[in-house]
Amino acid sequence: MQEAKNLKEYRQEMQESLDNNFLRQALDTFAVAYRAGRARAFSEFEVDRLVTDVADAKDAVLSQLNELFLQFKKNAEVAGVKVHFAKDAAEANALIVGIAKETGSKKIIKSKSMTAEETLLNHALEDQGLVVTETDLGEWIIQLRHEGPSHMVMPAIHLSRYQVGDLFTDVTGAKQEPDIEKLVKVARRELRSKFVEADMGITGANFAIADTGTIGLVTNEGNARLVTTLPRVHVALMGIDKLVPSLKDALKILKVLPRNATGQNITSYVTWITGANECLSAAGKKKEIHFIVLDNGRLEMAKDPLFSQVFRCVRCGACANVCPVYRLVGGHKMGHIYIGAIGLILTYFFHGPEKAKNIVQNCINCEACKDICAGGIDLPRLIKQVHVRIQDQAGHPLPSLLLGQVMKNRKLFHTLLRTAKWAQKPVAGNDGFMRHLPMIFFKEHDFKALPTVAEKPFRDRFPELPQPIAKPRLRVGLFSGCVQDFVYPEQMEAAFQLFAENQVAMSFPMAQSCCGLPLQMMGEAKTSRDVALQNVRAFEKENVDYIVTLCASCASHLKHNYPVLLADDPKILEKTTAFTAKVVDFSTFAHDILGLTAENFLGDGKRATFHSPCHLCRGLGVHEAPRELIRAAGLDYQEAEESEVCCGFGGTFSAKFPELSAALLNKKLDNVEKTGAEILLTDCPGCVMQLKGGLQKRGSKIIVQHTAEALTARLKKEK
Amino acid sequence: MTDNKDRQNALSSRFSEKAKAVSAFVSEVPTFEAALAYCLDLCGRRGACRIRISGCDEQLSPPTDSLCEMKQEKIVAAPGLDPAQYAKLQDACAVSGFTCIKSGMREHLSGVDIGFTIANLAIAETGTLVINCPGEELRLATMLSEYHVCVVYRSTIVEDAFAAEQHLLKYLHKTPDYTAFITGASRTADIERVLALGVHGPLELHILLLED
Ligand code: SF4
Ligand code: SF4
Repeated sequence: MQEAKNLKEYRQEMQESLDNNFLRQALDTFAVAYRAGRARAFSEFEVDRLVTDVADAKDAVLSQLNELFLQFKKNAEVAGVKVHFAKDAAEANALIVGIAKETGSKKIIKSKSMTAEETLLNHALEDQGLVVTETDLGEWIIQLRHEGPSHMVMPAIHLSRYQVGDLFTDVTGAKQEPDIEKLVKVARRELRSKFVEADMGITGANFAIADTGTIGLVTNEGNARLVTTLPRVHVALMGIDKLVPSLKDALKILKVLPRNATGQNITSYVTWITGANECLSAAGKKKEIHFIVLDNGRLEMAKDPLFSQVFRCVRCGACANVCPVYRLVGGHKMGHIYIGAIGLILTYFFHGPEKAKNIVQNCINCEACKDICAGGIDLPRLIKQVHVRIQDQAGHPLPSLLLGQVMKNRKLFHTLLRTAKWAQKPVAGNDGFMRHLPMIFFKEHDFKALPTVAEKPFRDRFPELPQPIAKPRLRVGLFSGCVQDFVYPEQMEAAFQLFAENQVAMSFPMAQSCCGLPLQMMGEAKTSRDVALQNVRAFEKENVDYIVTLCASCASHLKHNYPVLLADDPKILEKTTAFTAKVVDFSTFAHDILGLTAENFLGDGKRATFHSPCHLCRGLGVHEAPRELIRAAGLDYQEAEESEVCCGFGGTFSAKFPELSAALLNKKLDNVEKTGAEILLTDCPGCVMQLKGGLQKRGSKIIVQHTAEALTARLKKEK
Repeated sequence: MTDNKDRQNALSSRFSEKAKAVSAFVSEVPTFEAALAYCLDLCGRRGACRIRISGCDEQLSPPTDSLCEMKQEKIVAAPGLDPAQYAKLQDACAVSGFTCIKSGMREHLSGVDIGFTIANLAIAETGTLVINCPGEELRLATMLSEYHVCVVYRSTIVEDAFAAEQHLLKYLHKTPDYTAFITGASRTADIERVLALGVHGPLELHILLLED
């Protein structure tokens, strides 16, 4: 549960998580094992196609929700089930309390239901003196500890066998050893006696099939089968988003859900329940069954053009499994009830802006969740959008407002950057790093050395650079982004030289500005749009074949977000589409378009490794191009472990959550150092800044460069 | 004809491969009688019939401990068999000194040793058994048994869940209905993500492939 009142408290909470070694280690091993297991489970299939099937099936539901609900209700009722609609959590809980009273149920057993967690059902039942026992092992453990789940699929992942052993010692009144096999057996027996006594069973549902009035339950332990069989009353609580038209749709989801959740081809049990089944302990030998279909903000979400895609969520939990932030801080810090990327979004819709306002900022925008989502939801975009909504409602914090004001005016922004180089004079060391940080930065930023602003930005150097004379092969426009323009102009120069050697003519439109991603990250939607338009306009008159940028984040932002930001005006959208079609990242341009090979380079065999920026590998789907270029340049390429995991930069994220940024960076650098590389290459100036700073702080000799610099240095000069 | 045979063989081997991958024990049996023999042999071979059921040797709370005391015999439950099949099982059990039941599962909530069933369908892609069990006795036999032994007729194996769809719809439309997909033994990874089999359902799943 998320109870932090402000960002400061929230950061303290996270420091506690970072200090929890067991949690850190458990989540680390899990993150690595999960990826391997999932890959195996999908090995026979085309994942993208299966995900599209889920997305299409779920999207089709949106426009017919009401009809589907009525059809589901009718079919279930014909088969003897009572179907109720609950508009919010309180109504759902009251209905269930009422059913317990009417049926004289005193003892209740439950199988895992995130929806019941959402409505805080147990509290409502216990307030009425009812005895509720969770029977899913993980849920039982956290119930006994009075905690919320820390993962949607593995609710007790934050606990060790020792903690569970102590807990079970209390429960049984007999000393329990920390032996997992034995602890599971103890739970099996202890819970079996709860099953025997129960009057009522409560479950969730993974599917509600309109065509047949059936619910489907996807489980591993087998407790849901006992919960739906032994007691004389069964209540299933489900969000209205669980409705699907037909069994076929449910089967499509079933094909992806377990594979994506735990890397299982299917769970041990999938249970399909239609109608009031035989129950030999009930009057008339028929079970009394109630289905409660919950709205709680979902219908409003379904109408929202952007957020309706949340309906595609099948609660597989994968977006937490791959999230680098989740991996560091665990579930209780990354969602109020629902956890991980989707938790950041659902917290806002189900539990309100107060609970969401801190956690929603805790996304580094690495896109790992979007890449893995079973429903193909654009989670990072929705997270940012929640942030925008909260700021628009509650007011923008000062730094965010200031940034917005400054960035709106390119000249002002650039003047400030130019003068920053004077401001930093007294503190800049002579090795390109600031010795002491200017006041504007938090002190926790100390985990990496920050770079200084360059003497002369790229925009001032460009007019002096020699263009190729003879007939150019291609014409490209260079988009530098602010970091390369003002901090690392040498990276741009290296690329310039490489391209010029290959008969590429280049232009650099002076009206270009920051790509606007930092604004988006700060939740400044309006300025982010203004800046986008400014950049599209800046390139409008250029007669170029490609727009090349050396910054993967800029490239992915220009390509994927501009058409969304500028979608409101059809004329502008047309220009934007023409613009984005030309945008290409450095490595793809050099490798796929210029076709650079070993022929072009003279190598020196130095060992090099590569950090793959989030926005390159996931944002743009580029994996091989940079690695092949590095090999072509005659370097001894050595792949680092987890080379596609975020380095912790995330733009403004590293200023807001320096502790998390530092932890991610440390892990990244450990993996880099393990390769024994002398050179660390990457395709994003932000990552260069983060990695260089971290290595400098460690006193490491590893050289960090943009791939362009390493290639240009090894270029075979023609004739 | 041979095409059909090849297809059937391919489905069978894919099914067994996938079922074994989730720790089910898969064997081929020539006849139904052999399946019964396998079932009874399990007691000896895998120590399936221990009277004391799993977990009852641990340190338990008093009410739970008393539930353990409920079970005093070796029990094979087989509510889903037709009368002729059941008679055969009963004879075999009598010889070996087991109690054989086809109803009254609620008197054995503590657990029975073996649940013996026949699958309606099997799904090759995932190694899954499909058991249509609107009757409570059959359902409980697959849930409360320490060892679940299930016969699969080779001709009932289909490629994937979509190939089973029409069949499943027949069950779902004939209400009330309860249909179970069962894949491997009951499992959990809730403590430290360490896999443990047999949390609420059977500890082991034995699948017997039978030519029909
Ligand atoms: S974008 Fe990355 S940091 Fe943000 S929620 Fe998704 S996985 Fe986590
Ligand atoms: S958002 Fe996607 S990845 Fe996350 S739980 Fe939902 S379906 Fe799974």
